[in-house]
Amino acid sequence: MSHAGHLLFIIALLPFIGALVPGLMIRAGRTASAFFTAAPTALALVMLMILAPAVLRGEVIQAEIEWLPQLGLSASFFLDGLGLLFAGMILGMGLLITLYARFYLSSADPMGQFYTYLLLFQGAMLGIVISDNILLLLIFWELTSLSSFLLIGYWKHLPEGRQGARMALAVTGAGGLAMIGGMLLLGDIAGSYNLTDILQAGEAIRASEWYLPALILILLGAFTKSAQFPFHFWLPHAMAAPTPVSAYLHSATMVKAGVFLMARMWPVLAGTDAWFYIVATTGLVTMVLGALIALFKDDLKALLAFSTVSHLGLLTMLLGFGTEAAAVAAVFHIINHLTFKAALFMTAGIVDHETHTRDIKRLGGLRHLMPVTFLIGTVAALSMAGIPLFNGFLSKEMMLEEASHTDWFGSHYAVPVLATLGALLSVAYSFRFVAHVFLGPQRDDYPHTPHDPPFGMWAAPALLATLVIAIGVAPFLAEGIVTAAANAVTGADLHPHLKIWHGVTPALWMSVIAVAGGALLLMLHRPLDKGWIAAPRPEAKAIFDRLVAGIVALSRGITDSTHNGAISRYLAIFTVTAVALGYIAYAGSGLSAPTRDMLPVPPVIAVGWIMLIVSTISVVGMHHHRFRALVLIGIIGLSISAGFVYLSAPDLALTQISVETVTIMLLLLALHFLPKLTPKESSTGLKMRDGLIGLAAGGGVGALAYAFLMRDIDTISGFHVANSYEGGGGTNVVNVILVDFRGYDTYGEIIVLGIAGLLIYALMHALLDGPSARRLKNTDYSEDRSRDRHPLMMVVVTRVLMPIAMVVGLYIFLRGHNQPGGGFVAGLVVAIALLMQYMASGFAWTQERKRIEYHTLIGLGVVIAGLTGAGAWLAGQPFLTSAFTYIHLPPIEEFELATAMLFDLGVFLTVLGAVMLMLYSLSRIARFAGQTVNEGPMDYDPGEAAKDRDTED
Amino acid sequence: MELIVASTVGVLTAGGVYLMLRLRTFPVILGLALLSYAVNVFIFASGRLSIDQSPILSPYGEASYTDPLPQALVLTAIVISFGMTAVLVMIGLGAFFESETDRIDIDTADDAAAPEKDTQA
Repeated sequence: MSHAGHLLFIIALLPFIGALVPGLMIRAGRTASAFFTAAPTALALVMLMILAPAVLRGEVIQAEIEWLPQLGLSASFFLDGLGLLFAGMILGMGLLITLYARFYLSSADPMGQFYTYLLLFQGAMLGIVISDNILLLLIFWELTSLSSFLLIGYWKHLPEGRQGARMALAVTGAGGLAMIGGMLLLGDIAGSYNLTDILQAGEAIRASEWYLPALILILLGAFTKSAQFPFHFWLPHAMAAPTPVSAYLHSATMVKAGVFLMARMWPVLAGTDAWFYIVATTGLVTMVLGALIALFKDDLKALLAFSTVSHLGLLTMLLGFGTEAAAVAAVFHIINHLTFKAALFMTAGIVDHETHTRDIKRLGGLRHLMPVTFLIGTVAALSMAGIPLFNGFLSKEMMLEEASHTDWFGSHYAVPVLATLGALLSVAYSFRFVAHVFLGPQRDDYPHTPHDPPFGMWAAPALLATLVIAIGVAPFLAEGIVTAAANAVTGADLHPHLKIWHGVTPALWMSVIAVAGGALLLMLHRPLDKGWIAAPRPEAKAIFDRLVAGIVALSRGITDSTHNGAISRYLAIFTVTAVALGYIAYAGSGLSAPTRDMLPVPPVIAVGWIMLIVSTISVVGMHHHRFRALVLIGIIGLSISAGFVYLSAPDLALTQISVETVTIMLLLLALHFLPKLTPKESSTGLKMRDGLIGLAAGGGVGALAYAFLMRDIDTISGFHVANSYEGGGGTNVVNVILVDFRGYDTYGEIIVLGIAGLLIYALMHALLDGPSARRLKNTDYSEDRSRDRHPLMMVVVTRVLMPIAMVVGLYIFLRGHNQPGGGFVAGLVVAIALLMQYMASGFAWTQERKRIEYHTLIGLGVVIAGLTGAGAWLAGQPFLTSAFTYIHLPPIEEFELATAMLFDLGVFLTVLGAVMLMLYSLSRIARFAGQTVNEGPMDYDPGEAAKDRDTED
Repeated sequence: MELIVASTVGVLTAGGVYLMLRLRTFPVILGLALLSYAVNVFIFASGRLSIDQSPILSPYGEASYTDPLPQALVLTAIVISFGMTAVLVMIGLGAFFESETDRIDIDTADDAAAPEKDTQA
């Protein structure tokens, strides 16, 4: 990356870094805060000026850092003429606004916050104009919407501020969403998300069948941002923002983002009929309509807001014309509009600040009281009206010139006449701004007696007014930047000459008509105003509010009708949808012919199958009797284990049978506290419905299973079988897959299991600390209890079984790598052995003899498994690579030592800990439910009785 | 044999879905248990069926083996589904203790306005 590229990165980052400071610096005072806002802006501006000469010569400065190359997203920036123009405007205006806001905001306003928002916005806006990646551009685009939301709603106590901010966010945010779609389409057509690449692919994009959808979506984004008809309504409502915000966002920068985007995309999208008719027509309508409404607005800022809408329409129309000369005019007008409109906003802010009102009907005659403000306001307003020797005249002449030879649907007159009308209305409201605020008789009923503000407040608009005159008198001053920007927009090599006198052209006559007509309109303003007020016209805010209310009602309707809080409804909807989708997939492609023969069915399996089917149907039929249902569930689980044995899956059979045991214990424990019967409360209709859903789901899944069972498959398992012994050191392929090939999965799974155990433990504690504990204590469960809870025989048998079960567990664990077994099964077997002790000898007795906490077991297991995996790093291998060796211990046969064994130990400990913790938690609840604590292992201990007898003797 | 396995999956799914749509916690838990059987058998079956071909490498030269990968997946699935059942049971118990009913669709304040709804249920 070049030196210049580094600078570009720093420019892009500076506002965001700077944004952190003012909010903190506010403790040092408002001036300090303003200074620290101005510093990064000024620094960025200086850097921009360093880059400017090269850009003006026609060079393009680029900088790129790969970010997410898989998505085509990179942090890449570029600076060409257009970017330079906008970046200069953003940073320059940023400085002026910082100064102005320092004096405009009162000491009661949180100024640090304001400056932080302002810099955030500035960074986002700067990002838009120098992004070289359209995805990055979209991110910055959304950031401007968000930061402008904060700025518009800055005065949080004003309802208009909050509503205006919401409306602006809704409209520009919706447009932004549309634009994301458009940009993705564009990137897809061009095959790259880099702007420089897309700009080269104009031909292909315009020829693509996706051109029109992409165009419309992108324009939706641009039109909403730049307040084009019919999305113009948010801009006047955003005027509830403090005036510095209005001057910065709503005249100089953010609303120009849409225009910028159209200019940026001009070489790619412009030049087609669709572009001309959509963009130019929208611009024309917006220009005339905005100007018309502006003429009748009494609020100074509303007048300026609608005039901005009108001028944005003008810019849009010029870009829509699609000619190079129009593009030059548009670029030039962007500069001119910035200078006079920002000055006017600041003037309006000063008037508001000094007189405490913005209502034109309450103002007038301020020229003697506020001479400086009057001078600045007049210069800016005359420029807006397009009077010669002010810069607004120059670009307006160029606009009229372009309009004068533009045909619209075969008509030679439509565009010129409407453009002249727009200019005429523009003259009228500009004159009105001066005449009704500053001219006329001095009044004595201002809400506050005005006088000129301090220098700091009028310095910024005065500078802008100076620029207005400078460019107006000596237009060649702006020629360099206009040329560079226009060349960047059009991609051509233009050398426009900006001059005041073009001779007696049609445009001049249109200008004359506009000025004369505008002056006439102003004289007739009073009767026209009466007519305007009396005339019915749509109120945008009411329509918007109704629209929003309608959308909210619609979504609430959908939500309430589908999400009524009943989980059975969700599950039903989910199941039906899944079945329907499955059917659609089947209906779409059909089935190929079966490639496998059916395996024979031995009689034993047939009997088992009948048992399983009957049990399942019985569970459904008699689920109201919960104990019975539980017994049947056990039968189903055992039948499935038997099936696994027959179908060459010994590991699964072992696991299933041991899980079955603990599941039944778990459900039995739970059932102790729950009602033993399920009441019959479903209507026949509901049962029918659920039955149908169940049959559809079962039929679908069964058919699917049958379909794939009859067809062959390409499997990756050949690799596992081939490498199990040589690579993993074990002959039980399933176990080697678990602890080696897919060890990472297993590692995740034992963590999940551990978390489930801890979750149950935590839930148990939460329950026992809450009101449930009292309820449990007061409920009488004694009826459910056996009279002989710890029968002698069972105690003795489980004691004897305990060591045997342990050895079996150890055996299953050790052989697991080569024969059916392994950590999972061994963990379950040992857990069952321990659970038997709890069941036989009672909770308290067993608990007392427990040496290790189950939490510790879970933790140990996960840590051992993790460390084993990490051990591979020491050997320079990836995580969980296993190693193994064979050792020969004389009494035993050859003996294998594999790190996978250690990993399996982790699995074993976690499974054991989790299962024990789960059942232990449930049994602890029983303690709370008033269960008596037995000190000895048996209710009746013959040994105790004998001892008693001995002592008596 | 294929038909037997497929019908088992189908019947277990049908029963599981029906019970899952009941209105009390316990049948729903039973339904989910049936559904986990069905899913486990389904995934297991996706490796196709074979008899006497356990995926335990034979020391005696060439032998054919069934697909071990679905078995490994199902093995962990069985254990995890136990964990899930346990969590569900605990949540169901907690809900029962707190609200003194094991209905799963408890009327909220919003639904109280439309009482005709729950008489249908």
